[in-house]
Amino acid sequence: MKVTFPHMGHMWICLAAMLEYLGVEVVVPPPTSKRTLTLGARHAPEFACLPLKLNLGNFMEASELGADTILMAGGCGPCRFGYYAQVEYAILEDLGYKYRLVVMEPPQRHVGELLSKIKYITGHSSWWEVVRGIRFGYQKARMVDELERRAHYLRPREIHRGSTDKAFKRALREIIAVKHPRDLPQAGERVRRIMAGVAIRPRPVLRVGIVGEIFTLLEPFANYDLERRLGYLGVQADRSIYLSEWINDHLFLGLVRGLRSRKEACRAAPPYLNHFVGGHGQETVGSTVMYARQGYDGVIQLLPFTCMPEIVAHSVLPGLSTGLGIPTLTITVDEQSGEAGLMTRLEAFIDLLARKKGVV
Amino acid sequence: MTLKVGIPRALLYYYYLPLWRTFFEALGLEVVISRPTTKTILEAGLQNSGDDVCLPVRLAFGHVLDLKDRVDVLFLPRLVSIARREYICPKFLGFPDMVRHGISGLPPLIDPNFNLYRKDSPYPFFVALGRNFTGNRLAIYLAYRRAMHAQARYVQLLEKGLFPEQALAVLYRGVAEGQEPGGGGPAVAVIGHPYNIYDPYISMNLLSRLARSGVRVRSADNLPETLVREQAARLPKHLFWSLGQRMIGAAWHYLQSPDVDGIIHVASFACGPDSLTGELISREVRRRGKPFLNLTLDEHSAEAGVVTRLEAFLDMMERRQFLPAGESV
Repeated sequence: MKVTFPHMGHMWICLAAMLEYLGVEVVVPPPTSKRTLTLGARHAPEFACLPLKLNLGNFMEASELGADTILMAGGCGPCRFGYYAQVEYAILEDLGYKYRLVVMEPPQRHVGELLSKIKYITGHSSWWEVVRGIRFGYQKARMVDELERRAHYLRPREIHRGSTDKAFKRALREIIAVKHPRDLPQAGERVRRIMAGVAIRPRPVLRVGIVGEIFTLLEPFANYDLERRLGYLGVQADRSIYLSEWINDHLFLGLVRGLRSRKEACRAAPPYLNHFVGGHGQETVGSTVMYARQGYDGVIQLLPFTCMPEIVAHSVLPGLSTGLGIPTLTITVDEQSGEAGLMTRLEAFIDLLARKKGVV
Repeated sequence: MTLKVGIPRALLYYYYLPLWRTFFEALGLEVVISRPTTKTILEAGLQNSGDDVCLPVRLAFGHVLDLKDRVDVLFLPRLVSIARREYICPKFLGFPDMVRHGISGLPPLIDPNFNLYRKDSPYPFFVALGRNFTGNRLAIYLAYRRAMHAQARYVQLLEKGLFPEQALAVLYRGVAEGQEPGGGGPAVAVIGHPYNIYDPYISMNLLSRLARSGVRVRSADNLPETLVREQAARLPKHLFWSLGQRMIGAAWHYLQSPDVDGIIHVASFACGPDSLTGELISREVRRRGKPFLNLTLDEHSAEAGVVTRLEAFLDMMERRQFLPAGESV
């Protein structure tokens, strides 16, 4: 059994770490690229959202590398993601791909359904080992998130353009290379040292929060490397959700203390959005309110074209923006998006923020 | 003076009007329904809603604007879930908030949550709704009973083969039920969200156009709920959109039924749920090989284009009759 899964930013690092620790053979799909998108968009429904198209492309490319089992997450709506796996599988089947599909659904009737699927994937490992594997993956997610936060801080302040990104790549390799939980602390030390080597100078920076749909937030290919671009424009970005926070919220049910949680964001959403709307719609609104309260200079909302929860959020953002005095920019992405158009809008928005703050 | 309650002729108006209307009227309120869709109503909706919002919701904005200055309160229930473990679409969950922040100068909105995700009875919803108008629990209960009765009668009429406007005419204007149009024309099933296929302006008179061409038209709502669900249960996973359940179940039923000759799938541009349910339907159709037309509607759809495609579709169905069995055009 060769297991593959879709890409979502750096998620593959923790998933591969977890599965390989448990002795599962993993095929990580090639990094999401133009080719992935072309393959996916060709066979996916026209109005499906971008993540579905990229997932599909990932599976097709992973199959070329010998993957035969898909590991996917499920859901119970109303966001489309909950039905992704079934539709993607139907498409792959019609195209003649021979895949086995294992969907981790949130248990509706009996927790046994989920456990039996985990057992199916992990084979002979004991439950204790499975728990350790999950913990190992989670720790890597924490490290990657820490690294990303550091990079967000360094990028607008670096003296040599690109030095942060170079260090980031090296540090990421250190994290990827760890095969056993006992080696994590030393790797963490090396990562810190690498990042400390980036030369910076103090300068006024703008602070911008990025909110929106989780996949487009986490996947640099989908958002045209927004965080890096913002960094080069002199902006310290913050993302409303990081991978480890998402894992804590959705898999550990918020058991890990001291992390930002979605509950907080949802509480901040009324009176702008009074009800959950699926996906991360209410979190988007709530996080924007929280960024405004924390004195951020602006907020960027990211969403894939036709994303229903984010469209609802987008509809209430203008009122929120005027009410709380925080400028917002909404960026919709799909297979038709162009880089130049995005850059123009981004530069205009950042100019506006800089002028407002007087840091031109 | 009786209080005027406004109900927009949009979204699930075509499913639930008897339920809402009978309830309000039983409580002694006057119900005002927005006027049938016109260009003016649609334009007003387009101007007051975001670009990436879908056509049905933008149209609903137009209907809210049509009612805005004519009623004392606006009834916009937050339709979270109309069946156990199912939702409708995220936009239905957020609709009251979208309206509240998109349109200024509104009369008070009444937007209690209609949520059957974990329960079976809508009674608590009606109690919460009725409390806005009266403290009399008995009056609310009686109004609820009458509303449920009217709704059941409405569903009965739909299952007899009537379309919403005809059934509403029977219920509220005392029009006779009429005979089901017989005739030997081909039968076509129109599968789509109620607010797209039953709004004559939005669908460009699709249903009456088909009827005029001698086609016997069927829709998902002419089938009993149990039948639709039985069919949809063949999906690999329970579908969590109620409207999607209905569309997939009906499409699959009509695909197998020998007296339906073709299927027209109607969706609005960039509809989220339809992008997946429509895909599942069209894949199944391709396997079984029935004539299939996929119509996508948006605010720029032109009548001539739709007519051309419709004619081509009907021609195709006609020609297939002359083919030996098992061959396709």
